[in-house]
Amino acid sequence: MGVLKKKKVKVIKIDLEKCNGCRACEVICSSFHAVPKYGSNNPARSRIRLIRDPLKDIFLPVYAGEYTAAQCMGRDKYIIQGKEYGECDFCRASCPSRDAFKEPDSGLPLKCDMCEDDPPQEEPLCVQWCLNKALIYEEREEEVEEEVRPDEVEAGLKSLVDKYGLGKVVDTVVRLSSKG
Amino acid sequence: MRYAETGYNLEVDLSRGNIERVETDPRLTELHIGGLGTNAKILWDRVPPEVEPFSPDNLLIFGAGLLCGTPAVGANRTIVSTFSPQTLLMAYSMMGGFFAPELKHAGYDKVIIRGRSPDLVYLWINNDRVEIRDAGHLRGKGSLETAEIIRQELNEPNAQVAAIGLAGENRVYYASIEHGRSSASRGGIGAVMGDKRLKAIAVRGTKDVNIARPARFIELCNEVLKYIQFRQENPVKGVPPILAVLGSPQEMAIHDEEWHTNNFAWGNARYRRKDFWTREVEEKWKEVQSKAVERLISCYNCPLKCGGIISHPQLKRYMMKCYSKLTYTMAAMSDLEFGFKIAGLAQEYGVDGYSTPQVMAFALELYEAGILTDRDLAGMPSDTEGRFFWLLERIVRREGIGDVLANGTYWAARQIGRGAEAYAHNTIKKHEQLPLKLGMLNPIYFLMYSTGEKINITQIEGQFPQAPFATRELREEFVKDWFQVPDERFKQYVLDWEPRGERSIPYYPTIEATCEIVDWQEKMHYIDDATGICAGVSSFHLKPPYHIHNLPDIISAAAGIDLDREGLSLAARRNRTLIRAINVRRGLRRKDERPPENHWKKRFPELEARLLDEYYKFKGFNKEGIPTRESLLELGLDYVGEDLLRRGILTDGKSDPAGEAPAEAGKK
Ligand code: SF4
Ligand code: SF4
Repeated sequence: MGVLKKKKVKVIKIDLEKCNGCRACEVICSSFHAVPKYGSNNPARSRIRLIRDPLKDIFLPVYAGEYTAAQCMGRDKYIIQGKEYGECDFCRASCPSRDAFKEPDSGLPLKCDMCEDDPPQEEPLCVQWCLNKALIYEEREEEVEEEVRPDEVEAGLKSLVDKYGLGKVVDTVVRLSSKG
Repeated sequence: MRYAETGYNLEVDLSRGNIERVETDPRLTELHIGGLGTNAKILWDRVPPEVEPFSPDNLLIFGAGLLCGTPAVGANRTIVSTFSPQTLLMAYSMMGGFFAPELKHAGYDKVIIRGRSPDLVYLWINNDRVEIRDAGHLRGKGSLETAEIIRQELNEPNAQVAAIGLAGENRVYYASIEHGRSSASRGGIGAVMGDKRLKAIAVRGTKDVNIARPARFIELCNEVLKYIQFRQENPVKGVPPILAVLGSPQEMAIHDEEWHTNNFAWGNARYRRKDFWTREVEEKWKEVQSKAVERLISCYNCPLKCGGIISHPQLKRYMMKCYSKLTYTMAAMSDLEFGFKIAGLAQEYGVDGYSTPQVMAFALELYEAGILTDRDLAGMPSDTEGRFFWLLERIVRREGIGDVLANGTYWAARQIGRGAEAYAHNTIKKHEQLPLKLGMLNPIYFLMYSTGEKINITQIEGQFPQAPFATRELREEFVKDWFQVPDERFKQYVLDWEPRGERSIPYYPTIEATCEIVDWQEKMHYIDDATGICAGVSSFHLKPPYHIHNLPDIISAAAGIDLDREGLSLAARRNRTLIRAINVRRGLRRKDERPPENHWKKRFPELEARLLDEYYKFKGFNKEGIPTRESLLELGLDYVGEDLLRRGILTDGKSDPAGEAPAEAGKK
């Protein structure tokens, strides 16, 4: 059992009607999270993805959530006001079934961090760059039980272990460290 | 490491099916910035003037602007360059959308197409994997349709596709290359793509684009964003609605069309209808537009909403931008509903939204005049709208009279003869112009129309008001926060410019001021065309967020090249002069540089001649409009001077004009 603690809950409200499909959110997210910061840019590394199918009038920004090792047993299909969305469109998971929310080179999972920064940003970067206000940031306080969460390196390693097996990952780490 | 650019071009030879990834010379970036500039350099080096547009030796270059794929707001232009079957000169059309950034992320700055494929093919660029694929199943398919099929068969919803429609396959001289809601449509570059038997290019890229000085660069980008917001909240007063706010004209959002409908000419660029716009029309059009436009949409990384998703009960959804909602409407003397209907079909066929309606209105005028007869137009319906649809079908298939009309008004008139030439009255350098017929000569516009190398007024105007403000108060208010000017004296030109009296057109702005104003406007376009920044957030506008004071800094922070205002201005001039030289080598001379005779009712031949003389001098051209050896030397284009000398186009070190060159050379 964890302890009860006050926690700031960050919320991004997404207004699909206002999205104009510009992908500025993807651009600035990938730029902000680059190393060095803003040193490169690549929407394929973004933690927000725009599902964009203009001829169906589908414009759906989706945020990267947790990594998952296995894909769903079944799929859901949403039809909203006659528009049929793709089977995985609303899902936030970095999952083996698709390329979204994975680093394009290593395949490591990506997750939205609501833009942690030091000093803190007033709003997540994607919200700042969405001048059309399709993305609106809100904060509220909640009492929650503290839980221990795996850090990013751990989540990343776990995904590699799932993909290649523990032995191969250990071998590679040993080989890399012996190269210095 | 290369910054902002990838440092690689993709060379594709369709005749031999050969694909190569070639590293580029970073010095060329310093000299030409990129985009249009480096495209022009390649065309100068590799396509001699004897090469006809429809020759396997002609190149078709898709160049991403230098800043495309970086976070620079609105940097998304693909600059497509080749030689035009219509003008026989260099054609460079730009398309927005998502293609250029995707190409950069795939690891290339340009795709350079040469040769001609034996069969219809498309190119699939997926990072390092590039294939030429059979497109037999795409023959005759619409441009948007083609993109959909390709994305599906590749199972790559994120692939960006640029495709031609039937018009391009059939080498219609004003065929476009379509990419979603964007298109590269002027100058018939879609016909060249069709001639190469290249149906489409699909690209997907997941690599990084690097920034040289990240902190500084992002700070500048944020300033641009902030100013865009400010500008949209504070429209310029005293100008028509589409010029008051930023954006590649906000035609999808704005319904007030008083300015276009009252000032632009209807039919075959003939009639002004100064009292067309009434309350009744306004209400009707507003309703039609709000029903048709389902959502406003943007290009890559741009907050403005210049495009619209159009849905109409009788049509498949399509995307529209800018002024095309009115070009068909006005050419057919019809209404907005018709405009929305025919534009969608025209886009699937892939034809230019400016030239096409004019060609059709031209044909109907010839019919009324008895020059085209029932025999030529057998089967044509009796109503104008029906006729437009009928003609469109003939043109894109080059069927019957369509085969002649597919060559544009200039060439069609010469083929038809019997006095048809007089009806092809609205071209410059053989290319259809905006349907504008005005009263008094405007010296600024005279020079821009005459000398613009893009041969399209919207690609040279901007920055400076199109007409004097009505009152002193408006003028004063306008110049108050006009920090974009390269020099304070431009403010004085605006303050002194009056609608009537001594300081009005055609003698004010003075010749000297006119040269400076035109040069400034043109320069900003050349910079955009090299960086890939959309003119709609930049050079096309009054008080844009990008200007000569921040652009050098933005480019150097992104690309890591040393650049100040002078350096950037010099690069822009170098690009502009190189394109002039390319065209001069193909026969362009002073005699080709004039607006349509009837563009203005009141003309001033002497003043016009002096304007040209002075402007040529200002630009470093001789009296024939040919860059002088001195100016070429100054720009580091010595090799161009030597070539022109060898060809006898320049005769000595001085500014001696060469004799008449065969302007129509290369035409079968
Ligand atoms: S920045 Fe805003 S408008 Fe643009 S794609 Fe993202 S959510 Fe949509
Ligand atoms: S909140 Fe930050 S991390 Fe999350 S998607 Fe937006 S920019 Fe990316």
